[in-house]
Amino acid sequence: MFVPFLYELRDRGVRVGAQEALSLAQALALELHRGILDGFYEVARALCVHREQDLDAFDRAFAHHFRGVPDEALALTDELLEWLEQPVAKRELTELEKELLERIDLVEARDRLRMRLAEQRTRHDRGNRWVGTAGTSPHGSGGTHPTGIKVGQAPGGRGALEVAAERHFRDLRSDVTLDTRHIEVALRRLRAFVREGALDELDIETTIDKTARNAGELEIALRPPRRSNLRVLLLLDVGGSMDPHAHVCERLFSAAKRATHFKELRTYYFHNCIYGRVYESAGLIRGIPVLRLLQDCDPSWRLIVVGDALMSPWELQSSGSRWSFSEDSGAPGVAWLAHLAQHFLHAAWLNPEPQVAWYGTAEVIRRILPMYRLTQDGLLEAVHHLMKGGARH
Amino acid sequence: MEFRKFRGTDKYLTSSALESAVNCALALERPLLVRGEPGTGKTQLAEAIASGLGLRLIHWPVKSTTRAQDGLYVYDTVQRLYDSRFGDGDVKDIRRYIRHGPLGQAFASRDRVVLLIDEIDKADLEFPNDLLHELDRMRFVVTETGDEVIARERPVVVITSNAEKELPDAFLRRCVFHFIEFPEKDLMARIVRVHHPDLDQRLLDQTLRAFYSLRDVDGLRKRPSTSELIDWIAVLRRAGIASVELDAGMPFLGALLKREQDLIAFAEAASRGRRPRA
Repeated sequence: MFVPFLYELRDRGVRVGAQEALSLAQALALELHRGILDGFYEVARALCVHREQDLDAFDRAFAHHFRGVPDEALALTDELLEWLEQPVAKRELTELEKELLERIDLVEARDRLRMRLAEQRTRHDRGNRWVGTAGTSPHGSGGTHPTGIKVGQAPGGRGALEVAAERHFRDLRSDVTLDTRHIEVALRRLRAFVREGALDELDIETTIDKTARNAGELEIALRPPRRSNLRVLLLLDVGGSMDPHAHVCERLFSAAKRATHFKELRTYYFHNCIYGRVYESAGLIRGIPVLRLLQDCDPSWRLIVVGDALMSPWELQSSGSRWSFSEDSGAPGVAWLAHLAQHFLHAAWLNPEPQVAWYGTAEVIRRILPMYRLTQDGLLEAVHHLMKGGARH
Repeated sequence: MEFRKFRGTDKYLTSSALESAVNCALALERPLLVRGEPGTGKTQLAEAIASGLGLRLIHWPVKSTTRAQDGLYVYDTVQRLYDSRFGDGDVKDIRRYIRHGPLGQAFASRDRVVLLIDEIDKADLEFPNDLLHELDRMRFVVTETGDEVIARERPVVVITSNAEKELPDAFLRRCVFHFIEFPEKDLMARIVRVHHPDLDQRLLDQTLRAFYSLRDVDGLRKRPSTSELIDWIAVLRRAGIASVELDAGMPFLGALLKREQDLIAFAEAASRGRRPRA
């Protein structure tokens, strides 16, 4: 009876397999569901869902499969959220349309939806917990926005587009955890151990050796523990042509953030090409001069630049971007890149575009910084290159 | 098959979904993985299971330096070296220098125990994978002596994780999963009642209203959670405060907001004069 349900789950991206099916069968055989649909819902959820990101999909699948209720009530919010996730596509809106959009009170809309769900709950009473669960699910489909951003009520009167666009990089630390694991695994290789600090680890080999030389009188030898000593500087391109790659960049970013084996990780943003400054936020505000950055980061830091290296040739040759509000940086972009490449002993450029698209400006940059694809394999190659002993690229 | 079912305790309120998840884990003898916002009572759940079923609780707090091996046993070479020098006891007997870690104790215990592996995501990326085999088979070998430690009674394993790090798939598949949702107002009122049974109803309403509004303030890094609310009410009662309003001068705000940026964000929201939505 539940096998079609499992397929429904798979269709909705909840990765269930034979193991889940068997566990579920076992649980049903033990009557863990107490013979009621509510109980089945709870048991199936505990066994089929492995991460909270999938809870929402599970609820929808359940509602769809067992009630024949097409998730209409949820559709409204879903549509809105989906739409907000692609602010870029909405750039073509006219001023008037944008104004209208700003007037929509999403919070109110969501409240209405929540009320509708509540009504439903009382009408059917107790019986339809799944709809109710959907309504209060922390992941949003029933009314709670995943990050709690209030689009209609943004502080300081910023437009919904802007606020929604900000989600791109902020979210990934919390939300986009899917598939970050293999990036984490690749980044793990990026480490260098040294022994430094307090002597608080027993060196057994030396102790035995010294004790033996000391005619059996115990002589303890201590050494400092091995710690990772690697510092990483991550520069991310947030230019317009990078938008299609925002997701993969987010994953890389969150994986790097979470990596515990870097002694230090600094992340900055730039637009298309690096000029005199890089920026602390993806919104290109709070700029810091590259020269000061180089004072802070000695040549042993590993430099990773992520970008598509696609720009018009003049952007590489000019000394300031048409996007930045800052003054002329004094040297063309290409010179800044060369300066970075010269400063750091280990540097790599990760490019999310396929290799066939590395022409024009990408070809020039490739000669300055070794370029790798932003895929699992490319990342491993880049990490391998960054770990090569002392070799300049 | 019969097994003792978990029903919550008078100190720990559960939802039916949570009870189902716990009972699944008990019946299928699988580890129970609990996730949820910090302060929603993940650790307390293990304590509640232990006291509800009348079992001993073994707590294994995981840190960034914790290795899977530490959970099984530690071979105390330093003590052995020391004893060999100062002649205390029988140095030939390696077993005297093998100390069981939390997992080892749970296996070796005569009676069934509850083992809490707390904040598993704090440890190294491979940590959960390193435990897979031992948790599956419920046995391990002490390499130094060749002894095998086998669990007589499979312990009830509860694992908590903050949603900080993705856990490996193979590990997730073996666990029964439960996500503790943030309690809604009604449940929260009941939870507060458990901790403050004689709390004035008016103060309860006011604190809950202020608390949920505060959670909705934009730009908070760490939103206050259940444990902070309970602490806050305790402080208010100690200080003899009988009513609170959500504004910048709210008493003992520090009990709810722990970060300086959050205090600033709240002050800004309050000074804009626009009450955050409840």
